[in-house]
Amino acid sequence: MPNKSIEQIKKDYNEAYKNVTGRVTICGGTGCMAGGSMKVYDAFEAEFKKHNIGYCLNITKGCHENYLSISGCRGFCAAGPLVSVNDVFYTHVKPEDVPEIVEKTVMKGEVVDRLLYADPATKVHYKTTAEIPFYSKQERILLADCGRINPEDINEYIAHGGYAQAKRAYLEMTDEQVCQEMIKSGLRGRGGGGFPTGKKWDFTRIEKGPKKYVICNADEGAPGAFMDRSVMEGNPNAVIEGMMIAARAIGADEGYVYVRMEYPLAVVRMRKAIKQAEELGVLGENIFGSGKNFKINVMEGAGAFVCGEETALIASVEGKRGMPKVKPPFPSQSGLFGKPTVINNVETLATVAKVLEMGAEKFAAIGPKTSPGTKTFAVTGHVANTGLVEVPMGTTLRQVIDEVAGGTTNNDGTVNKAAFKAAQIGGPSGGCLTKEHLDVPLDFDSLKSVGAMIGSGGLVVMNEHTCMVNVARFFLEFTKRESCGKCVPCREGTDQMLALLTDITEGRGTMKTLETLEELAKSVQKASLCALGKTAPNPVLSTLKYFRDEYLAHVQKKECPAGVCKALSKYRIDAAKCKGCGMCKKACPVQAISGEVGKPHQIDPKKCIKCGACARTCKFGAVTR
Amino acid sequence: MTEKFAPTDKILEEHGYDATKLIPILQQVQEIYRYLPEDVMRHIADKLNISPAKVFGVATFFAHFAITPKGKHIIKVCNGTACHVKGSANLINAVKTKLKLTGNQETTADGMFTLECVSCLGACGLAPVMVIDETVHGQCTPELVSKYIDEVIAAEAKNAK
Repeated sequence: MPNKSIEQIKKDYNEAYKNVTGRVTICGGTGCMAGGSMKVYDAFEAEFKKHNIGYCLNITKGCHENYLSISGCRGFCAAGPLVSVNDVFYTHVKPEDVPEIVEKTVMKGEVVDRLLYADPATKVHYKTTAEIPFYSKQERILLADCGRINPEDINEYIAHGGYAQAKRAYLEMTDEQVCQEMIKSGLRGRGGGGFPTGKKWDFTRIEKGPKKYVICNADEGAPGAFMDRSVMEGNPNAVIEGMMIAARAIGADEGYVYVRMEYPLAVVRMRKAIKQAEELGVLGENIFGSGKNFKINVMEGAGAFVCGEETALIASVEGKRGMPKVKPPFPSQSGLFGKPTVINNVETLATVAKVLEMGAEKFAAIGPKTSPGTKTFAVTGHVANTGLVEVPMGTTLRQVIDEVAGGTTNNDGTVNKAAFKAAQIGGPSGGCLTKEHLDVPLDFDSLKSVGAMIGSGGLVVMNEHTCMVNVARFFLEFTKRESCGKCVPCREGTDQMLALLTDITEGRGTMKTLETLEELAKSVQKASLCALGKTAPNPVLSTLKYFRDEYLAHVQKKECPAGVCKALSKYRIDAAKCKGCGMCKKACPVQAISGEVGKPHQIDPKKCIKCGACARTCKFGAVTR
Repeated sequence: MTEKFAPTDKILEEHGYDATKLIPILQQVQEIYRYLPEDVMRHIADKLNISPAKVFGVATFFAHFAITPKGKHIIKVCNGTACHVKGSANLINAVKTKLKLTGNQETTADGMFTLECVSCLGACGLAPVMVIDETVHGQCTPELVSKYIDEVIAAEAKNAK
């Protein structure tokens, strides 16, 4: 039972916040922190002290002048570290920039123009996030509070309406009503499968208790996906509230958050938020005076991609090797320790309170009928603005890449929309989308119809200098390594597919290799036990379908059209362009380059290890492959 | 003998000798030794009343657990999709060349460095990414790899003096 009602907490917080005259928010997401944002934070504190400017690090009674806070991931990782002073938004901020920001923006309200975001194509400077196309073209429902509130202060979450829906679910709704509301909203699981969340809950609700579990699947293992990490780091309380509502819906009194170990910051923030929620009495025993209890444990994974599969994850929580089981029985019938269990991914759970807040009908009205709501995508690879974006389901690939992410880029980072070659969606389980799919709406069903899937929402954009055979081989290398070894088709099949792809990329492939590869891919797809194996051949099959000419070039001409596959590439110096500056000679780690100063140099193909150091150092573009 | 296992016993006790907590137990034990020594694993099996095979099974299943000693400094090169298309293979080769690692060798002969290729660090916005111990180096190049490793070696030499 809370010591203080959430309404009172909200009132007190807003009362205290009234005296705050300015706010400096520094992004504390993994990306910005790697870029040194905590040093920027320290620099602000030092500068405030130097100028005798009043500031506070927490909102409490008596707080006045400036509030210096961190925020969660704001999604615009490529431009980090990010800092906002009230509504002025600065990018690439270094500690050295802080004195100027404090003197001009904090003290006088002037803008430091050079730190504003400049569009890479148009060079236009933008002052606020509302003006930047990366943000203005998005519809941020789930991510709205990420980047706006302090993830390490539960009071601010509550002040923004947090835990009001959990309270409503516990006090004003029956378990069945909660399930029905979720069914009506049409929310589908954001972890990959796209199963309707409300139905999953209802199946678990009708199972016999008393012991039931809620598991939050935060084992976001797909390379190129980081939306779950961002949500846990940026708004951990939304995940907790979602788990509480799920627990209310099915009648569970215990939950687990299973976070992959590669996300240390997410673990810290989740643990901190749980502790604060327990201290406030929001979480724990006799929740909101309902007489119901709910306890959340955090468990760190130990590095196995297959644990993203629900039955494997459950085995891992039980202290066993993380191997999947045959379904049925589904976790809703027999899950953790044999008890009925609901297992949802982070993004799904973080959306739950929003669904209740806006109402099922309103949520269902966003996006296509069969895939309502918004979806976050981690857009990476060859795009101008890599980062996390949230758009309504059904937005086209073209809109996401060109409008939100600022367009495809060349290898040197310059924007070149025509350079788009393919986008890999859904990670190692997904498929690739090509130029002809640029106008396909991104939703569960449309993507399925073109042989791809949303998966967890990783979207890797690739330009024309990418070799699709190499990409397929890359994914196979990953799935082969992560195959748990329980079933033969996946264990042996991924190994053999990888061997065949290696033959192709190293110039040993024949037409027979292609034929065998395709046949094997189809067998693995059909015969594997769990989703890992069933989807492992997807990258192979979709690249074979859309980029067969590239496979043929590797096999028949022994050429890699993109110049990526090393065994098939030859570095050469164009004598007409070479000025004989000797830079490449210095850069070569194996002394394969010879030549006199001022005269064209040569590469000895026998010594060359094809590392590309020469091509990167040459200022005249004389090294080609 | 009992003294040797004292830190492990403390961890086991914190978890109430509960075999379902095997993974967190092994994680904490590994933090002490930087890997999982065989005798320690046998001891854990004994205390939890499960077979050593079960403990080894879990220890060898998950990538995070090491059954051989790791180097003093861990270099992680991210080979996630975003890093891969931005050239992480060149970084891996650069580390191997720099540290004279051959074939599948991960740890240098002097036990100073261990190279790990990880699937995704979730810092895709900074691709390609390399992490030395706790320091994240974004938008890395083979030339920078060499520079960062030299910095660690220089710091080690300074400490030794």
